[in-house]
Amino acid sequence: MTLEAALATASAKPAGKRPYFMTAEVERVLAIAMAIAQELAVARTRVDTLERLLERKGVMTREEIETFEPTPDEATERGLWVQEFIARVLRIVQQEAEQIRADAGPELASEDVAREVSGDEG
Amino acid sequence: MSAARVKAEYQGPPDYRAVGRHAVFPHTTHDEIERFNFLAQMNRHLGTRVLPAVKTAFERRVAPRVKAQGGRFETRHDVRKALLDDPYYQTWSALRRMTMEQRQQAGRWVAVRQAEQLAAKVAAVIAEDSGFEADPNVKIPRYVSAVDHHCMPGSYHTESFPGDVSAAANYDSGIFATTGGMLGRYSDGGGHAVVQWVRRNLPGFEPRRILDIGATLGHSVLPIAAAFPDAEVIAVDVSVPVLRYALARARSLGVHNIRFVQADGADLKGFEDSSFDWVQTTMFLHELSYGSMRAIMRESFRVLKPGGVVLHVEQPQYGQDMPLYEQAMRDWDAFYNNEPFWSTMHEIDLDGCLIQAGFKREQLIHGGVTAVVDRHVFPDAAEESGEDYGRKAAWHVVGARKSV
Repeated sequence: MTLEAALATASAKPAGKRPYFMTAEVERVLAIAMAIAQELAVARTRVDTLERLLERKGVMTREEIETFEPTPDEATERGLWVQEFIARVLRIVQQEAEQIRADAGPELASEDVAREVSGDEG
Repeated sequence: MSAARVKAEYQGPPDYRAVGRHAVFPHTTHDEIERFNFLAQMNRHLGTRVLPAVKTAFERRVAPRVKAQGGRFETRHDVRKALLDDPYYQTWSALRRMTMEQRQQAGRWVAVRQAEQLAAKVAAVIAEDSGFEADPNVKIPRYVSAVDHHCMPGSYHTESFPGDVSAAANYDSGIFATTGGMLGRYSDGGGHAVVQWVRRNLPGFEPRRILDIGATLGHSVLPIAAAFPDAEVIAVDVSVPVLRYALARARSLGVHNIRFVQADGADLKGFEDSSFDWVQTTMFLHELSYGSMRAIMRESFRVLKPGGVVLHVEQPQYGQDMPLYEQAMRDWDAFYNNEPFWSTMHEIDLDGCLIQAGFKREQLIHGGVTAVVDRHVFPDAAEESGEDYGRKAAWHVVGARKSV
């Protein structure tokens, strides 16, 4: 019950009109980016905690991470993962590029097609 | 870089794990702690790396533009409104606001997810201890209910269920991140500073009864109670959740000569005339309204014994000698961090208000204090060269002694 309350209300708006210093669109995206930046810092420190615990327990040293050399196969797998990651993050840029390249004129909206396929002629 | 060099060169807030944990302090996971660490670093970054160029932007772009358009700055409000058009000020402001919202989010997540356990812990203390007194006749004043101070959803007074103290636990857990540890492990550096100031400036003052108004968690008054163990200390606030939490917090920290009573400082009818040696407020006046502040000063005068002392600790007033730019920057919290009385409060003639409340001009008290903290762990406000307008743990003391 309390977890549900936390999910529902941890991000609650304080009473009082929110000031916007930029356009609302820009500020909305910046706010989301800053929340993600915070979570990135959290994830980074969690990895750091893990490394230090492994080092303390004698499993490995952090120096081994700094001097780590993947095998050629491993390097390929890692390179592929980064490519996949970038493609996923920049999805909207790819889609805009595809739209620019499509030289068939203005694209049809699904709403337009809905009318078309629902009519007698469709 | 070697660990020794990093240690030597590091300037910044201590790790959140240095925070003082009393019996009702909320539990925090690794990642919850790191969220606070990020926010403390963000505040420092904004204050030391981003903020200085706001002044440059003001001097090189904003002021020349206003001048070129034939305008001039007559008040701090003119400066602030001109700054609002500057993209760099917008960026700094948006990031500062977001950091505060993220701090509230982080603290509320921690507090609300364990609200029932915290409420049970506090209820167990209250069942055994008579140090908490509610008064159902106390109304939440407009200055508390109209907007949530420092963007804290539900402010100090909202209970999601009977006995809920998550508002208090959220406030308590996040102070360390907001101040970058500047107030010390238990956020009590302000209280320690007041004790030190009183010992130095009021030698021989041995109060028997002390009243702290607007106590919230009791974090600022506990050092006072601890410093005068023979005194009877009463801490009042309008909000129940903070008072209930404050009692459990105080007892856990070993402070027993203090009681927490629900009361509005503007109407202390439960307390007799001439019954206190010391009336204290710490970082409280700026969250009031003009009318309530004057009423609190009148009531403070009434309940003080002849020879008794009232002390208010606040950020410095906007004097004639404070540049309009600094005033405008100090006003930021008033308008963009939900501290609506902050701006007016800092221009008011507090001396005049105290005199209107009954004190004599020759009995007025003025001083300055900075947070007193364990300097092995925490940044020392007195030695911090930066100025994150309105956030620095350096305050003015304004008060008076009631004539004998």
